Amino acid sequence: AAEEGGPCSLSKMAGADGDDSLYPIAVLIDELRNEDVQLRLNSIKKLSTIALALGVERTRTELLPFLTDTIYDEDEVLLALAEQLGNFTMLVGGPEYVHCLLPPLESLATVEETVVRDKAVESLRKISQEHSPVDLEVHFEPLVKRLASGDWFTSRTSACGLFSVCYPRVSSTVKAEIRQHFRTLCSDDTPMVRRAAASKLGEFAKVLELDYVKSDIISLFTALASDEQDSVRLLAVEACVSIATLLPQEDLETLVMPTLRQAAEDKSWRVRYMVADKFSELQKAVGPEITKNDLVPAFQNLLKDCEAEVRAAAANKVKEFCENLPEDNREQIIMTHILPCVKELVSDTNQHVKSALASVIMGLSTILGKDNTIEHLLPLFLAQLKDECPEVRLNIISNLDCVNEVIGIRQLSQSLLPAIVELAEDAKWRVRLAIIEYMPLLAGQLGVEFFDEKLNTLCMAWLIDHVYAIREAATCNLMKLVEKFGAEWAQNTIVPKVLGMANDPNYLHRMTTLFCINALSEACGQEITTKQMLPVVLKMSNDQVANVRFNVAKSLQKIGPVLDSNALQTEVKPVLEKLATDTDMDVKYFAQEAISLLCIFFSIRPNLLCLLNTSQMLYFPNSIYPASMPFCTVCCLQQHRLNWSNK
Amino acid sequence: METTKLPPSSPSSPTTSFSVPSAEKVDGFPRRSMRRARQRRSHSSSQFRYQSSQVELTPLPLLKDAPVAELHDLFCKKLQQCCVLFDFLDCVADLKGKEIKRAALNELVESVATSRGVLIEPLYPEAIKMISVNIFRTLPPSENPEFDPEEDEPTLEASWPHLQLVYEFFLRFLESPDFQPSMAKRYVDQKFVLQLLELFDSEDPREREYLKTILHRVYGKLLGLRAYIRKQINNIFLRFIYETEHFNGVAELLEILGSIINGFALPLKAEHKQFLVRVLIPLHTAKSLSIFHAQLAYCVVQFMEKDATVTEYIIRGLLKYWPKTCTQKEVMFLGEIEEILDVIEPSQFIRVQEPLFKQIAACISSPHFQVAERALYFWNNEYILSLIEENCQVILPLVFATLYRVSKEHWNQTIVSLIYNVLKTFMEMNSKLFDDLTASYKVEKQKFTDATPLFSSVDSMNQFTKLITVNSSTT
Repeated sequence: AAEEGGPCSLSKMAGADGDDSLYPIAVLIDELRNEDVQLRLNSIKKLSTIALALGVERTRTELLPFLTDTIYDEDEVLLALAEQLGNFTMLVGGPEYVHCLLPPLESLATVEETVVRDKAVESLRKISQEHSPVDLEVHFEPLVKRLASGDWFTSRTSACGLFSVCYPRVSSTVKAEIRQHFRTLCSDDTPMVRRAAASKLGEFAKVLELDYVKSDIISLFTALASDEQDSVRLLAVEACVSIATLLPQEDLETLVMPTLRQAAEDKSWRVRYMVADKFSELQKAVGPEITKNDLVPAFQNLLKDCEAEVRAAAANKVKEFCENLPEDNREQIIMTHILPCVKELVSDTNQHVKSALASVIMGLSTILGKDNTIEHLLPLFLAQLKDECPEVRLNIISNLDCVNEVIGIRQLSQSLLPAIVELAEDAKWRVRLAIIEYMPLLAGQLGVEFFDEKLNTLCMAWLIDHVYAIREAATCNLMKLVEKFGAEWAQNTIVPKVLGMANDPNYLHRMTTLFCINALSEACGQEITTKQMLPVVLKMSNDQVANVRFNVAKSLQKIGPVLDSNALQTEVKPVLEKLATDTDMDVKYFAQEAISLLCIFFSIRPNLLCLLNTSQMLYFPNSIYPASMPFCTVCCLQQHRLNWSNK
Repeated sequence: METTKLPPSSPSSPTTSFSVPSAEKVDGFPRRSMRRARQRRSHSSSQFRYQSSQVELTPLPLLKDAPVAELHDLFCKKLQQCCVLFDFLDCVADLKGKEIKRAALNELVESVATSRGVLIEPLYPEAIKMISVNIFRTLPPSENPEFDPEEDEPTLEASWPHLQLVYEFFLRFLESPDFQPSMAKRYVDQKFVLQLLELFDSEDPREREYLKTILHRVYGKLLGLRAYIRKQINNIFLRFIYETEHFNGVAELLEILGSIINGFALPLKAEHKQFLVRVLIPLHTAKSLSIFHAQLAYCVVQFMEKDATVTEYIIRGLLKYWPKTCTQKEVMFLGEIEEILDVIEPSQFIRVQEPLFKQIAACISSPHFQVAERALYFWNNEYILSLIEENCQVILPLVFATLYRVSKEHWNQTIVSLIYNVLKTFMEMNSKLFDDLTASYKVEKQKFTDATPLFSSVDSMNQFTKLITVNSSTT
């Protein structure tokens, strides 16, 4: 009955007190109860408008109680509601009244659906900051307590996320209670709650006084880290990072390390994976001494773990781990402890492990210096460049810059070339695509001579690949190469080849010429564009394939700004005008578009457009143009349509 | 650290790495075979890792030849022998040892199954230890992270030749007439059961099948563990629904629950009702529903047959989670609804008929013909038809407009003819009501087509947009 009463009186009040402006609000409020979920959802999303119209007083006394009662709705609606309420402080009258928002959010924090609950907790965390310390104790903290002792796991799970936001701002007695509640949840009966508590352990530790970290948190941490469920234990690893950061160095050994050592050797691979994944953070948190004594052997074990997932996670951290080793004996540790494991990983049976390693291994060269790199790392790089898995080779090639700095790329170039060629011809187009993307980088490092000699043919071959994405990437690649090597190089090496394709029997290849011209014109400059490219483009306007012809129009539009005005007037304009009368409607369309966009360059007075007022616009339905087209373009096109129709 | 000394036949032992490519050539499907090989490698190594050093097994005398006085001692020794684990990825490693263990396990199985008086108290801890050592392990990461139980081949457990016998032994042990729950409960404790339940996530269907039977026996014989087992199954399901959406053994656990529910005492405890409402019903939201839907529907119907008062919770629950976009699931839901209606009490039917038939009407108008067809099949069910007939006054008005409209519009001829049959049935049931509804439907339709667009609503919308702009500019 309460559910019914609230909105009825609300909508009546909104509509019937003689103020017509509130009528739409009444509609919205009615929609809050509509049978159609979508309408309810729309209405909830405009909740702030409703609240604004009702004013703070009635939002507090009527709207919020009504919302608190709708908690039985669809999850989608509840999610929107939970989000809205987080931004409602001003709408209920500011921080003084923010606690009015707690009842609906409290109910939302207990629902089954995880996304709703999480959103409610997020909103509660947000508005907790707007509570005064008194309100926090009078209203917020009791809510946290209620949630923490709820009988269904959902409310207890939600409570876990709220302790840390209220702890710093309450009195010491309340603090003691909060700690007690958190402790209880850490040993909750249901693993769901323990997981939630474990995931908030680090965050909670950060707001606690150091003494309590030592007395309370450590015991909770130890307990969670030896939980019977591995899903709980692995979350304790995350907390370990925060806790270790908080403690003074001298306490780490006794308070944290036993647990961390145990985690690194956990019987569940999920926990070991987590340790490997958080290794750099852990390393920073425990400091150089413990790293040297404990983490190095632990890391070795993870690199040799029997589960590929764990090895891959550890392999990913090799570079970071080595980088952060204490500098005084970094090299020695790497050479004697880490490198042997790395060597083994290079020939691992699992490709994910190898490719994880390949993505970081090059970084070791900067740490180890020239001689070590040549002696120890180079053979590994070379082995990986010949790996059967393309991803491994790609990862090596994509990180060449690190090695280049240390030993120069010449050392590698002999092995590099076959690897690149093989990747360039890989059967999977995604692999080909990946190697194309590294071409500009490679070209920069290998230098123009090496490039011309070995790689240029590859770059041209990609232009006639049978996959469009490859042709497109190849075009873009050419542009980057020209930017790197300059217009003169382009003129001598690639432009003739590109233009030669204009006579190819395959129309897709002819179009590639146009795409290349689009990409290259700017980098090549006016001279080359006008003298060499333009004639080819213009000639292609007679192509028998309509796709080529409309791409000519597009190309002309694209290169127009690069051309000189004489060429534009005498050569481009006539061709476009001819294309604008083409039998194919697409060719016509793009030709007209090109004309209208180049009109500035044709020295047509663009402000003619201003003559078009909005009423005239109505005669030209915009729908014939793509929605993404800017308004001025549309005007422009319409102007031209007018001109043509007047002729 | 200890683990640096890996057992001699660690994953990268040369025999395995050579065997892969050769198998590949024969196989003709290199990627697949490599995938398998790699998978198997990780599969048992997880378990194998914890054996500190490989023990050489020596064959023991046969149990059947042993003098009675030494029988128990020998049995115990065999159990201890079976605690040794072998690397099954390396299929040629320690063949002799594997064979000795296999033979010993076979003997143990046979002995427990056939001879009486073997199971004496001191053997319980040894037997449970042997079982624990062999079966409890962290399941390896799934080779295929998007493993789809309906599409993909499951990864099979490499050590199955031994594992199967261990499971078989455990089962025979539980089923033996000599089995004493009072002794077993000291060893088969909560921790043991929890680990047993975690194994239900195994990708190997053979393993899950054994686990199902075993857990059923444990539930039947060890009364003290029942509540705990139910609670842990709850937790597994809740994690599945709200956290991971992944657990391979849902169907098996539901199958066990089906028979557990069957045995619930009346009146139903609050705990059981809560399980129905907060676990079983939300399980319907799972993406992989099709894999365990039959078992789930069975559980739901079991609940109804136990206690008809839960009917309303169930139907309203299903309506709440009714699939919005997945037609395949919608068909499953309709199937379940029919199963429910098959056993529904007429008094309960009246309580839910309104929302239920609104949904059914929505299904009939689904453009997906299988959904419409499944809903229309309800009218072929004698019992449902009798319920509809009794409540014709309520139901017919709810579905009439839909039936009428869809009969004119649906693209699929089968649906159209099914609808004509349904309309005919209604006409025969209550021709007066039918005529009234036809008449009023036509009037409504006329009104609708005549009416000019509702200016009032457009107006109010304009006014509203104005208000919003005013408000947002003031803030």
